[in-house]
Amino acid sequence: MANLEEFRRETRAWLEDNCPPLMRRPVKSDKDQCWGGRDWVFESDDQRLWLERMAERGWTAPQWPAEYGGGGLSREEAKILQQEMARIVARRPLESFGIDMLGPALFKFASEEQKQRFIPPIIRGEIRWCQGYSEPNAGSDLAGLQTRAEDKGDHYLVDGAKVWTSYADRADWIFCLVRTDFDAPKHQGISFLLFDMASPGISVNPVKLISGNSPFCETVFENVEVPKENLVGELNKGWDIAKYLLTHEREMIGGFGLSRAGSTSLGQTAMQTAGDQQGQLANGGLRADIAAFEIDEMAFALTIERVVDEAKAGQGTGAASSLLKLYGTELNKTRNELLMSIGGSGALAWGGEDTMTAAKNWLRSKGNSIEGGTSEIQLNIIAKRILGLPG
Amino acid sequence: MALVLNEEQQMLRESAKTFIQESSPVSALRQLRDKGDEWSPELWAGMAEMGWTGITIPEKYDGLEFGYVGAGLVVEECGRTLASSPLVSTSVVCASLIAALGNDAQKQAMLPAIASGELVLALALSESANFDPAATALTANSSGDGYVLSGGKVHVLDGCIASKLIVVARTAGVPGDKEGISLFIVDRDTDGLNVNPVLNADSRRAAELSFCSIRVPSEALLGEAGTAWPELQRTLDIGAVFSAAELLGLAQEAFESTLGYLKERKQFGVPVGSFQALQHRAAQLFCELELCKSVVLKALQAIDEDGPERSLIASMAKAKMAKTAQLAVNEAVQMFGGIGMTDEFDIGFFMKRSAAASQEYGDYYYHTNRFARLKGY
Repeated sequence: MANLEEFRRETRAWLEDNCPPLMRRPVKSDKDQCWGGRDWVFESDDQRLWLERMAERGWTAPQWPAEYGGGGLSREEAKILQQEMARIVARRPLESFGIDMLGPALFKFASEEQKQRFIPPIIRGEIRWCQGYSEPNAGSDLAGLQTRAEDKGDHYLVDGAKVWTSYADRADWIFCLVRTDFDAPKHQGISFLLFDMASPGISVNPVKLISGNSPFCETVFENVEVPKENLVGELNKGWDIAKYLLTHEREMIGGFGLSRAGSTSLGQTAMQTAGDQQGQLANGGLRADIAAFEIDEMAFALTIERVVDEAKAGQGTGAASSLLKLYGTELNKTRNELLMSIGGSGALAWGGEDTMTAAKNWLRSKGNSIEGGTSEIQLNIIAKRILGLPG
Repeated sequence: MALVLNEEQQMLRESAKTFIQESSPVSALRQLRDKGDEWSPELWAGMAEMGWTGITIPEKYDGLEFGYVGAGLVVEECGRTLASSPLVSTSVVCASLIAALGNDAQKQAMLPAIASGELVLALALSESANFDPAATALTANSSGDGYVLSGGKVHVLDGCIASKLIVVARTAGVPGDKEGISLFIVDRDTDGLNVNPVLNADSRRAAELSFCSIRVPSEALLGEAGTAWPELQRTLDIGAVFSAAELLGLAQEAFESTLGYLKERKQFGVPVGSFQALQHRAAQLFCELELCKSVVLKALQAIDEDGPERSLIASMAKAKMAKTAQLAVNEAVQMFGGIGMTDEFDIGFFMKRSAAASQEYGDYYYHTNRFARLKGY
């Protein structure tokens, strides 16, 4: 405990000295966040410095092992770092699918050589990754994917198309599910490949969403040559990696349901916009809905806490990721619906291209219960795998 | 505090489960109802033998001093079989009030007797059908070396079997004021105190009390006159959290037996649990129950810790649990279908008890409203 207190003091002092002023403001838009990568243009010196300083300590990936450039922090230390960052409203130095999704899978399934090659650039924000999972005919039925990788001796030849590839137009590399055995049952013919998005034969088209943004792309592969050493794990065993990675993705998307540290409660916001009456929100119906939502939000946050504590104590149920994905995304949708009501006609304002408005956030949130496995798929998983219901 | 049980707590849960399932299965409640009995002294004696009657009471008063998390586990297990006993009113709610406010003589006189199982106590609080503690109107006027109590109480849980009552009364102010509330220990057989048992839907009896100018000595006052509100508030938080703990056991049991039925009952040649319409509803309910497990444990810990967020967490837990228990029993009866509507089958008892326990110490709407108020909106 004394050590943790010392760690807190040191961390606080270091953050005070090293977190640049512009990085101590809440993120305003997508563009305002740092994603790193080969083509990244820093919005400010502060953004560059913040990434460099945090990456040097491995604090872009605080709990990853120090031997690969990670922070090597314990869970308790990482929590303290997070709290101390929240205290000064410091933003994450790097948004990264490499850290949130690919990294954990590489630690579990990749060869030592692959880890040495791919993990340090993720931590330093030098390579930006995208995820090649869904296809035009493989959404909820992800294992039905058809993108082929043919064995050509010293390389694989990849052909096919992926959809909903987040930020494929800005990514440097892709982690991609491909079919390598065309005769095997569908789950048993899938492999996990990594390749450079600058390879010849790749074309990317951003897809415009109802929120007006285009974070997703359609990505087409025509005779793309991928070196054999870029296969992660065993050939035709990619589904295990896919599932493992989806677990992390679901937990990450599920976490969206939680209000960000330091953000004011919906009730407080509503008091300011919709008016109060003797210290209570004037609109009783809205008040009741907000309270019901905030009760669920608190219960959900406690459940994340319990899942983590149980896992640590070796009592985990393994039920967590589907539950968190399902509940967290549904909560986030409710949160955005309430924000639209609280904002009234003011919340309808569309705003400029780079401004995140209540309306755009609300529309974007609708995708949360579709991406990473729909709510209905999560319910299927819970019913069959956890509750053991037949059929 | 980590949201997990320690080894001692896990062992307590296991022994509580075994004891309750053996000595008070759901059939015991059915028998109680059919015979018209008010309670089971045998079950109470068994609980005393296990030490649970003194589970929250300090060791120096012969209690187990096991803490509220432990006590909550026992009550959760009672919820699973709908075991009916005065454990919450006597050993949790009233014992907490006495331990917090009692003088030495009062603690010596009552806490060891509660711990041994000899003394059953009930809290006489509500005066109308809707839970509103500050609305207390029953008056206690100072007179000579004592007080004179006048007024009425309704829905006094375990009020028909308790030998003493803790009566919430007003020594100053008007209904609605938080100042001026006092607590009195009153023997149930005091002259002028009329007790009318009311049989409720859950087969339990609550008492209606009328106090016709009954005289109590000044030693009957628990704590200082007019200042009981903060401690009463804490006690009602405890009551709310314990009714949530009972509902957690009840809802889980209802869910698990429904799940068993979905796997076993065949229609159209297949188990009904293979239908996606039912699978998704079962999965939703599973998620809600997982959230409830987190909130009840957190709320029990919050009672033990007694920090500034205690009331907020207690209201959050009771509101979430009451809503979820309602969903669990409604889904259970619907999914059991016709058999779920029969008295012969147990699930109806769960539905009835769920409605009653949800009312105790404030229902979903009371606690949602209080949650919003505590959050400042």
